[in-house]
Amino acid sequence: MTQPPLISTHDLSKAYPGVKALDSVDFDLRAGEVHVLFGENGAGKSTLISLLAGANTPTSGEVRVNGQPVSIASVAEAQALGIYTVFQEFSLIPTMSVAENIFLGREPKAGPFVNHRLMRREAARMLAERGFEIDPAAMVAQLPRAQQQMVEIAKAFHGDLSVLILDEPTASLSNREVDHLFEFVLRMKAAGLGIIYISHRINEFARIADRVTVLRDGAKIDTVAMSDTNDQALIAMMAGREITDVYPQINHAPGEVVLNVENLHAWGVDGVDLSVRRGEVLGIAGLVGSGKSRMFRAIAGVNATREGRVQFRGKDITGQITRKVMAAGLYYLTSDRKHEGLNMAAPATDNLTIDLMMGSCANGPFLRHRAIGQEMARIFDHVELHAHYRARTIAQLSGGNQQKVLFAKSFCHGSELYIFDEPTVGVDMGTRAALYRLIAELAEAGKAVVVISSDLPEVMNLANRVVVMAQGRVSAELTGDAINEADILKHFFQETGADA
Amino acid sequence: MNTATETRFSPLRIARTVFIRVGVLPFLLAAALVVFSLTSQAFLTTQNLINVGRQSVYLILVSMGQMLVLISGGFDLSVGMVIALSSVVSAMTMVALMPMFPDAVWLVIALGALAGFAVAAVVGALNGVGVAVFGVSPFIMTLGVASAGAGLALFLTGGVPVSNLPFTFGDTFGFGRIWNVPVPVLIAIVVIFVMWIYMAHMRNGAQIYAVGGNIKAANLSGIDTRRTLIRVYVICALLAGLTGLLLTARVETGDANMGSSMALESIAACVIAGVSLRGGIGRVENVVLGGFFIILVQNGMNLAQISSYMQMVVLGSLLILAVVFDQLRYRMIMGQR
Repeated sequence: MTQPPLISTHDLSKAYPGVKALDSVDFDLRAGEVHVLFGENGAGKSTLISLLAGANTPTSGEVRVNGQPVSIASVAEAQALGIYTVFQEFSLIPTMSVAENIFLGREPKAGPFVNHRLMRREAARMLAERGFEIDPAAMVAQLPRAQQQMVEIAKAFHGDLSVLILDEPTASLSNREVDHLFEFVLRMKAAGLGIIYISHRINEFARIADRVTVLRDGAKIDTVAMSDTNDQALIAMMAGREITDVYPQINHAPGEVVLNVENLHAWGVDGVDLSVRRGEVLGIAGLVGSGKSRMFRAIAGVNATREGRVQFRGKDITGQITRKVMAAGLYYLTSDRKHEGLNMAAPATDNLTIDLMMGSCANGPFLRHRAIGQEMARIFDHVELHAHYRARTIAQLSGGNQQKVLFAKSFCHGSELYIFDEPTVGVDMGTRAALYRLIAELAEAGKAVVVISSDLPEVMNLANRVVVMAQGRVSAELTGDAINEADILKHFFQETGADA
Repeated sequence: MNTATETRFSPLRIARTVFIRVGVLPFLLAAALVVFSLTSQAFLTTQNLINVGRQSVYLILVSMGQMLVLISGGFDLSVGMVIALSSVVSAMTMVALMPMFPDAVWLVIALGALAGFAVAAVVGALNGVGVAVFGVSPFIMTLGVASAGAGLALFLTGGVPVSNLPFTFGDTFGFGRIWNVPVPVLIAIVVIFVMWIYMAHMRNGAQIYAVGGNIKAANLSGIDTRRTLIRVYVICALLAGLTGLLLTARVETGDANMGSSMALESIAACVIAGVSLRGGIGRVENVVLGGFFIILVQNGMNLAQISSYMQMVVLGSLLILAVVFDQLRYRMIMGQR
């Protein structure tokens, strides 16, 4: 092949304070191929595509398009180069119609006015060409997620599209919708487009991938042709050595049931039965949108409960507000530390004061400064937050240290059940090990612990029991040897009897 | 992060640290002192500064309440209306009760004050419930309530000031002195002290900072965010009501036009004193200085014979300037620059 690749990177790196998100990666995409990026959360996949999409700028290294070095400073510049990215977070305006979204910023004009009729007709034509059955006049907010994704993809086909980047496009699609998407991807590939495809769903790769690049800890492990490899080999590359280093040995001693959930219905949760025991870590696995997080957000009173019964330590806490649930001894640690967890503009100390005065130092109307100070020092020592960082504004701390502060908050309430929702999202390896030790200590001290995670190795290595969620329901409960990647993944896609 | 080659003592560094800690106020205060002592000989005298102190009592009281609301992440445009309404209601109550209890002046004053506080509390609760329970934006809620209340005050009085208040009322709370200190000043000192205890040393105060800093995080820490928000608006209205009573005593009439500029002035006093419009940040002692500063500037402009119309221009500009500096400071705190 003499033709240069559509897009290639050379020694591409991206560093954040304390983390090397991407480390000297060489990557290339040819015309007419589907190139899969594979790796754990935090392996650098998202960082790599954010650099190609112009959402971020590299610290060092080079990107070439058709052999020419380029610098991509913004998403608009990337699009001008023919690179279009469909992120997990869509860039659609929910209150506008499908046609308006597709033509956003380049509306067909009739004099000074927008030519709505032409716009709608063109949108209908573009959608039909790609085989998408969507009404161009429909409001985006009212479409199901799969159709929103089609609109997002249709937006890409303006001008000279040569590279289409799809970030976990099947994360919340049903099997039929996935089939539909794959047909589309294969047609685009036949038309000569290059497609970068990011996914955790290893069983999809054989159907569409030409080559797979495996990333781990920001570095490229290898690029292999799909025909030369198999699932086991890819997983081995993805997981690598660190699994044994990072995860602690936990001595689970399952005791009495503290939380019992019967037939829970809530937003995104469709009839869940579940129980959590003292002295063990219960892992919750599932795709984005499977209800694995929403189920516990409903239990913790963050979201509303529609139906069902939740019993906690003999008390009925169904549908109670967060404050009451916490007082009963249940702590929910949010997956969104920036928006829901921490006051980003305040120092770590102020953040912890809030929880101490509501929790273990909550006596009387006054702030007990001395008691709070002593407890704070103890808890920060416990989560290994260096004294140097305690007076710093949260926004200026690394993701790992921010997460340590969030964990510190969970230790202020003397809780009996700890629900950790994505406990290590955006956290470096060193801090991960420390956080895992904290989780292990809780379980070994006889507390009940739930770990909800999209990071499969995390769930597999911490949990004594794994509940797999799919489409708002429990699709499997696994113990012992059944806790392995293949078995868990199998239940990710369960849809009324049929496997993917 | 840049590699700081020298961490030596430099005026710029100190200025930066003061700015991040306290805000723009120290710099503005210094500038005002210099400018006005140059424009008028009478400005920098003990007597004038005592006067400014006495006059700033009313704004400081309102600003204490406004500060709570701002720290909780909202703001209250209805404080001026509460001043007017509590003035009118308390004055009308006293005038109505006087003939019934001619020998019990203090009872009449107490009942009048109670009526003023009651109406303030109702307005505050209305604001609080609208914002906390129904999720109306503080801007719209307090603006709407301000219009409704102002209309009510004018309707009650027919636009005519309420006079013939008990002589003792004005004599005590308007012009009275205890240990040679004016009563309004004493009341303000007590309020400032209580507010300082409340915000710095009480759990309820700390909850207000938490709610303003990140209301979702506060909820996940077990704080009753609704109750905290309602409490904040009620306290703010009560302080505005107190101010209405003191001003009524001072001018010895109930007036529906009283306090019309207080919303703007109190927000300006707070923001200049480093209370963040984003919520979560602000200190009682700085706000006291902020209120003092606004009155000081007005006093300096009066002495320099600047017309009251131009003074409005200056005040508006100061508010915007303070917000610009607030943005700058927030970026510095967040380490963005």
